[in-house]
Amino acid sequence: MRLCVLGAGAVGRSVAELAPEYGHTVTALSDSSSAVVDPDGLDVETALARKEADEALGDASPGDALAAEYDVLVEATPTTLGDAEPGFSHLRTALERDNHVVLANKGPVAERYADVRELEADSAGEVYFEATVGGAIPVCATVDDLGAEHVSAVRGVLNGTANFVLSRMAAEGLDYDHVLAEAQDLGVAEADPSFDVEGTDAALKCVILANVLREADCDSLDELREVEVTLADAEVEGIRDIPGSALELAAEDGRTVRLVGEATRDGVTVGPRLVPENGTLSVTGTRNIVEIDHEYAGGLAISGRGAGGEETASAVLADVARLE
Amino acid sequence: MPSESTPAPGEQPVDSDETAEDAAETDGGHETELQAHTIRLELVDEPGQLLAALKPIADNGANLLSIFHERGSLTPRGRIPVEVDIECPPDRFEGILEDLRDRGVNVIQADAEEYGDEVTLVLVGHLVDTDLSDTLKNIQDCSGASVADIDLSAPAGAGSSAHSSARLRLRAHAGETASVIETVREVVAEKDIDVIAPLEGRR
Repeated sequence: MRLCVLGAGAVGRSVAELAPEYGHTVTALSDSSSAVVDPDGLDVETALARKEADEALGDASPGDALAAEYDVLVEATPTTLGDAEPGFSHLRTALERDNHVVLANKGPVAERYADVRELEADSAGEVYFEATVGGAIPVCATVDDLGAEHVSAVRGVLNGTANFVLSRMAAEGLDYDHVLAEAQDLGVAEADPSFDVEGTDAALKCVILANVLREADCDSLDELREVEVTLADAEVEGIRDIPGSALELAAEDGRTVRLVGEATRDGVTVGPRLVPENGTLSVTGTRNIVEIDHEYAGGLAISGRGAGGEETASAVLADVARLE
Repeated sequence: MPSESTPAPGEQPVDSDETAEDAAETDGGHETELQAHTIRLELVDEPGQLLAALKPIADNGANLLSIFHERGSLTPRGRIPVEVDIECPPDRFEGILEDLRDRGVNVIQADAEEYGDEVTLVLVGHLVDTDLSDTLKNIQDCSGASVADIDLSAPAGAGSSAHSSARLRLRAHAGETASVIETVREVVAEKDIDVIAPLEGRR
């Protein structure tokens, strides 16, 4: 497959670097200011080395990348809320050209799910978005394989930063500010960690999953539009106000606190929850876990790395493989 | 499932009607009559516990009819189940249950009222400064659950801007855990207290 990779952050970069190993060619790669385009397959290493040295990726503009020759558009630009732009327009352009789209950007499927499905319905191209939920963990594929119509709930620990903070607080008896500073030093938390610790990131992932579950009950786009979920519909609570004493009291009782997100047909909730200390959901560090409740299969759990360039790229490339 | 057998044509279910009427008459007869109750308790395996549990019954003027002390078996929490049959005026019963709870005796069941489910919550906020005992009372009054025990951790002390935490174990009626959690959230929100709850209705 010929890939156009939009976004040269950790995920976009890894997709471009790993593509040859998976038998694909990268024909365009762009970041927010420049792009490199070659219909015969570009030299990813050289382009990324230029970016590394604070130079432009190439001579082309980002618009040239979108207009290049490719089979699959990999949308790995930063997630934006509301109208999900410019990611949504990138997706539209690719679908209007009957190309496929693989999303790593959560915006379009979290904020405009029905719009995405409508564009897809009019296109010969398809849209996949495994990388938007749970990084390397194959959540969407598993729900799809099991039949979303038989899945009643998907829940889990879906934000590595928040989980790192909570598990360090519990293990070391430290308070929130101390652990957050440590996480920022380690590069686990960003300078502005609000997206993670306030639960927004986990909520977006759950909103996407809730859309997948509700879509399973819809027979038409109009129905989907009626029931689609966006971030605004989610009930979200973060971990900022949790004192160390709460984790201590939980531990005395054989429990701990995790930021758990849950998607059901009723909607989306994200918040700190009491979980058994040695239970399925008590993963530690930046690890993520997803639990699926299935009508016949019962409970299933998949744990893994929920973020990281190569980890998330593995999910993007799994989606590309589904399109072959 | 096969349907229940129906009476043959012409066969009147006369008996049940008459029995019901009789029972109603007997029950409503005397206002001052004592009522019999069965209370199931669980006790810690220590000397003197049973006596302590019986004191509130005597203090409230109830008659002790029988005690079934299952010393050989243990409740899921490793305590000893005790079943007590008493007789008292109708207005005394609630007071007895309250006294028992005040003494730290766990009432598992009082007549048909069974606390089948247990749920542990952690409250976070200015718990001491916002009158914790009032908060607990509101929780019991509004949710219908009983507070089985509480652990408070307020490392910074009262008046501090730092949040304190409390772990609560609530006994809820079977199947009502989710609604109890929901009610507790609403009740404590007035005092800006957050609730960390288990995943509702599961496990």
